[in-house]
Amino acid sequence: MLVQPMFWLLLYSQLFRRITDLHGFGTTSYVDYLTPGIAIMTAFFSGSWAGMGTIEDLDRGVVERFLATPAHRVAIVSARIVQSGVVATLQGLLVLLVGLALGARNGGPLGWIVILVASGLIGAGFAGFSNGIALLTRREESMIAVANFIGLPLLFFSSILIARTLIPHWMRVASLANPVEWAVRAARGHVIPGTGWGQIALYLVLLAAFSVGTTVFATMCFGAYRRTL
Amino acid sequence: MDAVAVEALEKTYPKGVRALDGMTFAIPEGQVFGLLGPNGAGKSTTVRILVTLTRPDAGSATVMGHDVRREPAAVRRTIGYVPQASGVDREATGRENLQLQGRLQGMRSIEVERRADELLELFSLAEKQSALVRTFSGGQKRRLDVAMGLMHRPQVLFLDEPTTGLDPEARTAMWDELARLAAAEKLTILLTTHYLEEADRLAERVAIVSRGKVVAAGEPDALKRELRGELVTVDLGSSADGRASAVVDALDGVNDVLTEGQRLFARVDRGAEAVPTILGALDAADVEVAAVTVSRPSLDDVYLHYTGREFRSDDEAGT
Repeated sequence: MLVQPMFWLLLYSQLFRRITDLHGFGTTSYVDYLTPGIAIMTAFFSGSWAGMGTIEDLDRGVVERFLATPAHRVAIVSARIVQSGVVATLQGLLVLLVGLALGARNGGPLGWIVILVASGLIGAGFAGFSNGIALLTRREESMIAVANFIGLPLLFFSSILIARTLIPHWMRVASLANPVEWAVRAARGHVIPGTGWGQIALYLVLLAAFSVGTTVFATMCFGAYRRTL
Repeated sequence: MDAVAVEALEKTYPKGVRALDGMTFAIPEGQVFGLLGPNGAGKSTTVRILVTLTRPDAGSATVMGHDVRREPAAVRRTIGYVPQASGVDREATGRENLQLQGRLQGMRSIEVERRADELLELFSLAEKQSALVRTFSGGQKRRLDVAMGLMHRPQVLFLDEPTTGLDPEARTAMWDELARLAAAEKLTILLTTHYLEEADRLAERVAIVSRGKVVAAGEPDALKRELRGELVTVDLGSSADGRASAVVDALDGVNDVLTEGQRLFARVDRGAEAVPTILGALDAADVEVAAVTVSRPSLDDVYLHYTGREFRSDDEAGT
């Protein structure tokens, strides 16, 4: 899961190094601009594949073994989502460390913390969605189809790779409904001039609401799954 | 009080498969009880209802006095469940699997460690405790499954097909472990199996299950006594009519006759003596015979005897 982000950071950032000659990036270092974006991309990709592990556990009888214990039903699903959030945070940390080694600054320790929090929330949010789909379809093929179908569009309807002002107007408007874009805006708050703490906090709250929403979705799907047993 | 009481359970799956059709039995505390029958007879569905995974459509079931529908949480604290599909984490060690299971059961960590040591010893897994489960043999993996079901010292243990998929050697070893366990831990055990020898070896009492209900119950010895003798199978020629069954039934030394399509089954005391008699009688009655075989009693025969059907027929109908 961590090989691809490294290619983005090490190669893509070099390939497009001169892109900051265009205006709107808020920094002349493309690595500085790209690092928070790659952290978020890694987190949301890994979150959207989280359902694969759930399908494996359903097939192997692990979920049924858990269901026959007194463990709380909601905990059986939400624990997976929390785990995905923790994993996404750690992945974000690794991406950030490599970015810093390449010369990114990202607004110092406070900015770094925002990147990690946004990574964890977006990872958990997509893990909730992914787990819900896994419990509904219970087939790896369907899971793969859904994850592949949402991955690239959500990447391109965001400012992960390019400055917001350079995105065509209609795509920029559409990106406002994209949780990935909320995460990127929060994580990049310290790069883009004029972004205040209020805006960063707003995006983080939206992300938290998104995670809670998808966790509720996954829990409902788990209930539906249990009724089919 | 019975440890397990099952009364007139019914369950139909969404696709219209009728899994249980009035399943009824009871297990006194401390008894090892076997549910015997082919795949699709309703054994697993019964267990899954008793461990609160599946809800019955009708009927009632209690475990140590707790109703599975109204008090599922109390039932879950009382039981250990070893499912057919193992459900261990292959990428974790034997000990880690036991630890997770203990914590899921709400045990304190000091108690988890003590119990894990005890079970690793009891199931001869102590030297594998730090190895990943993926490196375990089939028998070791299955023993770990059973150990996990016992972590929290349940009062009732459910074993769903404990030895299916094991090689004969591992199966015999598993039987030894289970027999020892039943004696040592004073557990009530419900095990499902389609191996007659397994039920014979482990269970004090057996219920034979067919198409979602119990068709016969009793001690294994008593059930076998009723199956004394051998089974003669006669493949009738294409011109055979209904007379064959009556002709054979009238003979001395034939206890039981059943026909299924162009096949006639006769339970006899001694096959070697009965075959010439049967063939002679059929010849005299002008019934054409294509082939004849003699076999010792097997699970097929128990099943045939109590259900009037061949063992495999439930497979085709069932889940």
